[in-house]
Amino acid sequence: MKRMNKVLGTALAAAMTLTMLSGCGGGNTASDTWKFGGIGPATGDYAAYGIGVRNGIELAVKEINENGGIGGVQIEYKFEDDQTDNEKSVNGYNALKDWGMNVLIGSTTSGCSIAVSDVSSKDHMFQLTPSASAIDAVKTDNTFQVCFTDPSQGSGSAQYIGDHAIGTKVAIIYDSSDVYSTGIYENFIAEAANQPFEIVAEEAFTADSKTDFNVQLKKAKEAGADLVFLPIYYTEAALILTQASAMEYSPIFFGVDGMDGILTNVDGFDTSLAEGVILLTPFAANASDERTVNFVTAYEAAYGIKPNQFAADAYDAVYILKQLIEESGATPQDGVSGICDKLTAQIVQTSFTGLTGEGMTWSTSGEVNKYPKAMIIENGDYQLFE
Amino acid sequence: MRFLSYLISGISLGSVYAIIALGYTMVYGIAKMLNFAHGDVIMVGGFSAFTIISMLGMPPALGVLTAVLVCTALGVVIEKVAYRPLRNASSSLAVLITAIGVSYLLQNLALLIFGSSTKSFESVVNIPALKLADGQINITGETIVTIVTCVIVMVMLTLFINRTKAGQAMLAVSEDKGAAQLMGINVNGTIALTFAIGSALAAIAGVLLCSAYPTLSPTTGAMPGIKAFVAAVFGGIGSIPGALIGGLLLGIIETLGKAYISSQLSDVIVFGILIVVLVVKPTGILGRKIQEKV
Repeated sequence: MKRMNKVLGTALAAAMTLTMLSGCGGGNTASDTWKFGGIGPATGDYAAYGIGVRNGIELAVKEINENGGIGGVQIEYKFEDDQTDNEKSVNGYNALKDWGMNVLIGSTTSGCSIAVSDVSSKDHMFQLTPSASAIDAVKTDNTFQVCFTDPSQGSGSAQYIGDHAIGTKVAIIYDSSDVYSTGIYENFIAEAANQPFEIVAEEAFTADSKTDFNVQLKKAKEAGADLVFLPIYYTEAALILTQASAMEYSPIFFGVDGMDGILTNVDGFDTSLAEGVILLTPFAANASDERTVNFVTAYEAAYGIKPNQFAADAYDAVYILKQLIEESGATPQDGVSGICDKLTAQIVQTSFTGLTGEGMTWSTSGEVNKYPKAMIIENGDYQLFE
Repeated sequence: MRFLSYLISGISLGSVYAIIALGYTMVYGIAKMLNFAHGDVIMVGGFSAFTIISMLGMPPALGVLTAVLVCTALGVVIEKVAYRPLRNASSSLAVLITAIGVSYLLQNLALLIFGSSTKSFESVVNIPALKLADGQINITGETIVTIVTCVIVMVMLTLFINRTKAGQAMLAVSEDKGAAQLMGINVNGTIALTFAIGSALAAIAGVLLCSAYPTLSPTTGAMPGIKAFVAAVFGGIGSIPGALIGGLLLGIIETLGKAYISSQLSDVIVFGILIVVLVVKPTGILGRKIQEKV
């Protein structure tokens, strides 16, 4: 037994030395391709987001490579699954770094992205998140967003409801244990003061009690709310719709980008309950502009499903990187930190038009500036809300 | 009217807690161990019913029956494989840690088999909702079935323990294992029976829980399991009527706290009251004070 341990020990030590050597090799050798890494939940409760992001990046990378790459340089791409777990997300980031990643597209959700940015800022790795909308997701200098920030989703929703007179008495049900949900909620409330509607109920739930919404819904119903604002993810939203229907309460439900996925990603959910749900999202798969039509056609051909907003955000992210690299003249040989310097200097000057917005610009803080659109679910599909 | 409507929601939630708490309290009362895997047996019950009803398209009654059978078998197997060998271990912590291990084992097995995405559970109840007072109070079929089931389970369990030989054996084992063995009671068999009944109750609770709140994932049982454990302690762990009272009170406090104080603070209120009760009455509402013999 003792001898066995010794043999094992030697083998382990050898293996460790090898890993260290290969690690150094990977870091020092400049490669002649771009290596884009992506992170998101490809499995788990919020898999719809991660799969959308993964497919969106993959499709954009394929297109760019087929058209000669970025200034003749091809892109390689790798995706890590984090199951919406902060630690797994950071592990994914480390795995991608070992692989030789130049820039990161991720993480997909706010909590994970914040966790990763703590590490990526130390490495000075350029990080463009397609869909992490929390303000803190861009608190470090190296991080930028493609999607709206939570404040702009919150205040944007309030303005939208007011401008279009969708509701007069508004109730809110949010997840007080989630940074994304709370961020939107706070900004919605702040903006609602300037709007013609009245807030009649503010109800919360937490990650530990996210199955029973009867009380919250009853309170909204009793307060006479004709619109319920749900700044939450689709898994819980599906339960809320089911329970509201059981108590015969049918206000207008208004969601934000977390609602995206409710039609396709809850096994066994009766999607007819989602009819009439309005959600604020920058992308609609059935919009008729050429850019969207081309993207949707290619996406459906490749993956057999309609792209969601996350796929569009991620697809845009790749093209934003392409534009930044071309404009700044960055090359893979600049190294992670050199690339980050060039891209961060360029992104605040650039203006990008893509699937999720026209003339998108970025502030030095990392937030994107673009206008929201709203969709309504009709006949099991998203329609532009007018 | 409003109050009544919230109260019914609370009783419904409390009834589920009560059925789960019965499992905790029976096992504690007889085997003197905390079976932390109990919450996950609930989840297994939910998935068994889900497999039969939604995946194979069989009738709901068969789903419930399968869930009960699967969980009963599971409970007995867990007891035999994981807990029995440790029953006479020097530290009672060993079996507690094993229970936590079993809990993670079950969760991760479910994760492997069914994946981590949330499933929408098809309700096994098809009783129409009851409308009272011009529709101001709407009691769903699930609520009615949950409350009725809870009462039936309670009555049956009390009768079983007080009127049958096996029940009396359980009482004897809970009083004094050694003496019970000397009197010719099969201690191992009695404890296995306790686990079987506790797990069957978990299966019923799982199906009711998933029907009332139609969602199912590998961690479905975790939080209700903890809340039910709290309910069992609240009512006095080891006491069967205590589990019922603890469960109902917990559900009602949680619901009314959400309704009248703040939905942001509902868990704070629940656990705050638990602390107050335990400070005033450390053995819980119906718990017996056990005198240490010198």
